[in-house]
This record gives sequence, structure tokens and C-alpha cells, in this order.
Amino acid sequence: MKILAVLKMVPDVVEELEIGEDGKSLDLEFLRLIVNERDEHALEEALLLKEQHGGTVTAVALDAPDIDDVLFTALAKGADRAVKITDAGESLSTRAAAALLAKALPAVPDLMPVDLVLLGCSATDDLDGQSAAVLAHALGLPYVGVVSQVQADAGRLRVMKEFPGGVLGEFETTVLAVIGVQAAEKPPRYVPVAKVRAAMKSGGIDEVAADGPADVAPLEVLQMTKPEASGQAEMLEGSPEELAAKVGELLTERGML
Amino acid sequence: MPGNVWVVAEHWRGQVSEITYELLALGRELADGLGVRLDAVLLGHQAKDLAQTLAADTVLYGDDPALAEPTAEAHSKALAALVSERQPAAVLLPLSNVTGDVAGLLPAELDAPLVTSCRDVRVTDGRLEAVCLLYGGKMDATVAAGAGAALLGVLPGVRSADKGRADAAPQIEDVAVSVPAERRVQFGKYVEPEAGDVDITQQEVLIAVGRGIANEDNVELAQELATALGGAVCGSRPVIDQGWLSMSRQVGKSGAIVKPKVYIAAGISGAPEHVEGMKASDLIIAINTDADAPIFNVAHYGIVDDCLDVLPAVLDAVAARKG
Ligand SMILES: Cc1cc2nc3c(=O)[nH]c(=O)nc-3n(C[C@H](O)[C@H](O)[C@H](O)COP(=O)(O)OP(=O)(O)OC[C@H]3O[C@@H](n4cnc5c(N)ncnc54)[C@H](O)[C@@H]3O)c2cc1C
Ligand SMILES: Nc1ncnc2c1ncn2[C@@H]1O[C@H](COP(=O)(O)O)[C@@H](O)[C@H]1O
Repeated sequence: MKILAVLKMVPDVVEELEIGEDGKSLDLEFLRLIVNERDEHALEEALLLKEQHGGTVTAVALDAPDIDDVLFTALAKGADRAVKITDAGESLSTRAAAALLAKALPAVPDLMPVDLVLLGCSATDDLDGQSAAVLAHALGLPYVGVVSQVQADAGRLRVMKEFPGGVLGEFETTVLAVIGVQAAEKPPRYVPVAKVRAAMKSGGIDEVAADGPADVAPLEVLQMTKPEASGQAEMLEGSPEELAAKVGELLTERGML
Repeated sequence: MPGNVWVVAEHWRGQVSEITYELLALGRELADGLGVRLDAVLLGHQAKDLAQTLAADTVLYGDDPALAEPTAEAHSKALAALVSERQPAAVLLPLSNVTGDVAGLLPAELDAPLVTSCRDVRVTDGRLEAVCLLYGGKMDATVAAGAGAALLGVLPGVRSADKGRADAAPQIEDVAVSVPAERRVQFGKYVEPEAGDVDITQQEVLIAVGRGIANEDNVELAQELATALGGAVCGSRPVIDQGWLSMSRQVGKSGAIVKPKVYIAAGISGAPEHVEGMKASDLIIAINTDADAPIFNVAHYGIVDDCLDVLPAVLDAVAARKG
């Protein structure tokens, strides 16, 4: 199978986030970017499918800070090729990025057609849409999102999609579909830094310039603010022992002790 | 004359979803604010009876065998045709695992943006404004809905469901739906989750661990505390994905909705997909090293500290109290 896995960088939400001077976006200066967690799962699923069925995995990303490291890591993990789409413009919205990818992918030399396009579903910075769905539509391909298992067999794909309460729904489609991955069957593999370095030395990243910006207007953001606490947590302070004593009191009050 | 406010009425396995009523409650406010009517759009197969409980002025009911299950392509194409024909002012779409893909594809069909992750929507000066929860719950972006039908993906819990339930049967209008002849994606079957050793929805005490618990061995800290309190351990998604806890222990959008008397969240950031599964707990105590973690917005008590230090201390305190 020929599989594409699309990767993007998102703000690391475990870090402190600051609002920029415009009051409408994040302050980019100290922003730490990490690869979207769901995309790591999409790549993992692609590699697992390749291990089962043979074929190739190409990791694709729009240019972004630190994206080279991410693409080299993908190569080190077992991707056969890494493609970076350059000149895409900065801070693209989700919808603009999907539109741009839909235009750029067919123009990458020796890439299309593929059998399967995997993307992570739902990134924490999505504001104007879901890329995987928009990309599927733009490429004219079937789409299933929030998927946690992908099986391929004789030109058919069987995917398990997550429903509430741990229920899975089985859906079938042809190969040549876009799948929004929620989780791979296994946790994304770990790759030692030495292997990433080796990938940097041996393999290159194919850079392909995007053919003009995507013609997609962003949403009008009026302001960005930190959410106000709805429950107003009472903050407990002290040493772990003092904190534990307070928790013990709370548990006793609630009749749990 | 602006169009009506629409709510896409989600139903799954023969039942109207809770989020449908929540969106109807919100939809009513918006319709009143804009001075228009509120319509629910119910698409399905032999599902007309479900219209009875929907608190809308009119339920637009479309029936087709292809709409029996939540196959996103059929539903989004049918909806897109209706939206193009009737030009509603706004379409509220449930951001759930059932309708999420429709929320993804409908905007593509209409070549319009989806204003996604709305945790609130309001009418300001006759215009719709949405408050969208971004970055795992750390930021709110207030967004102005543009011209044309505003497509709004709304998070669970936006309003109380009670106000979206009808006292009297609404007016029902049968609408013709157009679904593609070819079904590119076919629904097969549902697979029930494997029953776990414990049912976390039935516990009075839950000790929940997230990525902050750092490794599988540390989950034992939470397990010991849970055992001491006669409760159970549960977790957020990354802990389940890593295989440190079984799927039956997941709390949130794709897992269980729990409402214990006590929920201790250790090393959980409080992403909206997790919070929707535990926010109704009677007492929530959150332990997180990040003072900005959104979990503190839903917790009743917060501790900014290392859960690897606090959990063992709590276990000692519990043991001491038990004597
Ligand atoms: C369609 C969909 C469905 C989803 N369904 C679910 C679901 O059902 N359930 C679910 O949970 N998630 C679900 N998610 C994922 C969700 O978006 C979050 O990614 C997830 O909840 C984050 O888990 P976490 O809080 O454990 O990890 P993180 O967000 O990585 O947070 C870890 C936290 O631990 C803190 N921490 C680190 N070290 C320590 C320490 N030593 N002591 C104390 N605190 C520490 C950090 O400050 C951080 O706040 C879903 C996502 C999608 C897109
Ligand atoms: N700027 C971008 N560069 C590369 N891939 C992207 C970009 N924007 C979106 N994607 C892909 O779409 C996924 C997000 O899907 P969703 O969050 O559902 O919109 C990402 O995780 C990527 O796989």
C-alpha cells in the first residue's frame, strides 16, 4: 500500500500560553510547538499497515518551525519519504491548510495516486474546521474520522470508529480514502535520537513549493482570552502532608472515610 | 428576513442524544435573540417518533435508509441540500463522536467555514458571536459569525438539556432528502466495549490519572489510594492509549460519563473531551503542577503540586484516619 501520513505542529498546551499584543492570537515568541499528538498516531498506523502489507509511507507536512526534526523522526521511524510543502504562508487556519494540501499534494512529483491518506483528527488549534474532512472533500475521497483501527484487505478498508461509551462502529470503504485517526492500534513507537541523526545524514527531505496561497479567508477573531473558572476551584496550599490532611478532611466530610 | 436557527438533532441507536436537547436550549436563545424561529433537523430512517421530544417550533424530518446510521457522507450531503435550499441563519451541530464527522464534512460541502469548539454562542447587536475553546481548554477565542448560514460546531454541556425537551409535541414537516446513490462508506456493525473488571460509572470514588502520572508503575499509587477508599482507578485518554489502563477505564468523550461522589484528577490537564465525562462529579479535587491547567476551571479544590508526591501523602492521611 502507498500511504500518506500528514503531520502538523501545534502549541504544546502543557506549557504556559500567552496572548499576543493584538489580543486576538497567541504570543508566538515563547510558544513551544510540538507535533500534533493525533498525527503521531496517524503516522504509527501508517507504519503498522506498511509492516503488514508492504508498500511505502510518505510523511507530508506544511513548512513550520521545527518541522524538519519531525520529518526526520518520521524517516527514522520507518517512513520511506518525507515531503515538506514550502511557501505555504504563515499561521494558516485549519481550513486554509487543508485547501492548500489538497492543491499541493497532486503537484508533488511521484507522489499521487496513493491508496490511503491518514491524518490526525482534531487538533487543539482547530478553529475553522476539520482538516481531514475538508481535505477528503477537496480530493473527492471518502472520509471517516475518529478512527482507532484500520485494516486493509483486497482493496477494501475496514475501520473502527469511536462512538460514545467505548462503543466502536465498523465502517467499510474502498482504499483510496482519507481517514482521521484518533489512535493507532499501538502507542506511537519511540525512536532513539541516534537513529534520527542517522536519518538526517542519509535521507533528505523533499521540498516542494506550494502553488500560491490557499484562497480561504480566516474567521474574524474578535478577542482571545483565558477562560474564567466556572467552578472557581479553592486552591489548597502547603506541604504534601498538609495538603493530604486537607484532602483527608474533605473525604471525611463527604462520608468517604 | 433572516433564516431560522437550526439544530441538527442527533440520535443514536434509537435515542435522541442529550446534546441535542442542550443545543435546542441554546438554539431557542439564539432564535429569540435574532427574532426568528427554531427548527430541529431530524434525519434518519423510521425515526420520526424521535421528533416528539424536541423543543423546536418545527422539526424538519427527512427519511432515507441511507440515513439510518451516522454515516457522515449521506448526512452531510442531505443537510447541505437543505441548507442551500432554505438558507437558515445558523446551523448548530453537536460536536460528539456521533455527529463530529458531519460537522467536518457539511462545511466542506457548502464551501464554508465551521466555527468549531463553541462553548457558547450569543447574539450581539443582531449578530452571532461564538466563544470557542482552544488549546485543550486553555484559551477562549471569540469569533464573529460571517455572512450566510453560520455553521457552528458546539461542545457538549453548552446549556442544560431540560430546556430543550418539549412539553408539547412540536410541529413536524416532512422534507425530501437527497442522498448520494452510491454509498462510498458503509456501516457494518457496532462492537460493544469489553466489560471491564469494574464499572467506573458505578463507583462513589474515582482516582483518575492522566499523562502527568508519567509511567505505568506510578498508576499503582492511584490504585492503592482507590483501594483504601473503596473506589476505582480511571484515566484520561493518553493513559489508555499507552495501555496503562484498559479501555473500560477511560473517562470522557470516547469513554464513560461518570458522576462519582469524589473524583480526584491527578496529572490531568482538563481538555474538553475529558471534562465532558466527569464535570458532573459531586466533588472534584485536581492535582496538577501547572497552575494554568484548565482542570482547575471545573475542580472544586485545586492543588498545584506533583501528584507523585501528593498521592502517597494522601494515602498515608487516609490510612491514619482509618486508624
Ligand atoms: C474525538 C476525541 C475524543 C477524545 N476522547 C477523550 C476521552 O474520552 N477521554 C480523554 O481523557 N481524552 C479524550 N480525548 C483527548 C483529549 O483531547 C486530551 O488530549 C486528553 O484528555 C489529555 O489527557 P491528559 O490530561 O492526561 O494529558 P495532557 O493534556 O498531556 O496533560 C497532562 C497534565 O499533567 C500535568 N502534570 C505533568 N506532570 C505532573 C505531575 N508530576 N504532577 C501533577 N501534574 C502533572 C501537566 O501539567 C498537564 O496538565 C479525545 C480527543 C478527541 C479529539
Ligand atoms: N498546517 C498544516 N500542515 C500540515 N498538516 C495539517 C495542517 N493543518 C492540518 N493538518 C492536518 O490535519 C490534521 C488536523 O485535523 P483536524 O484537527 O480534524 O482539522 C492535522 O493534525 C494534520 O494532519
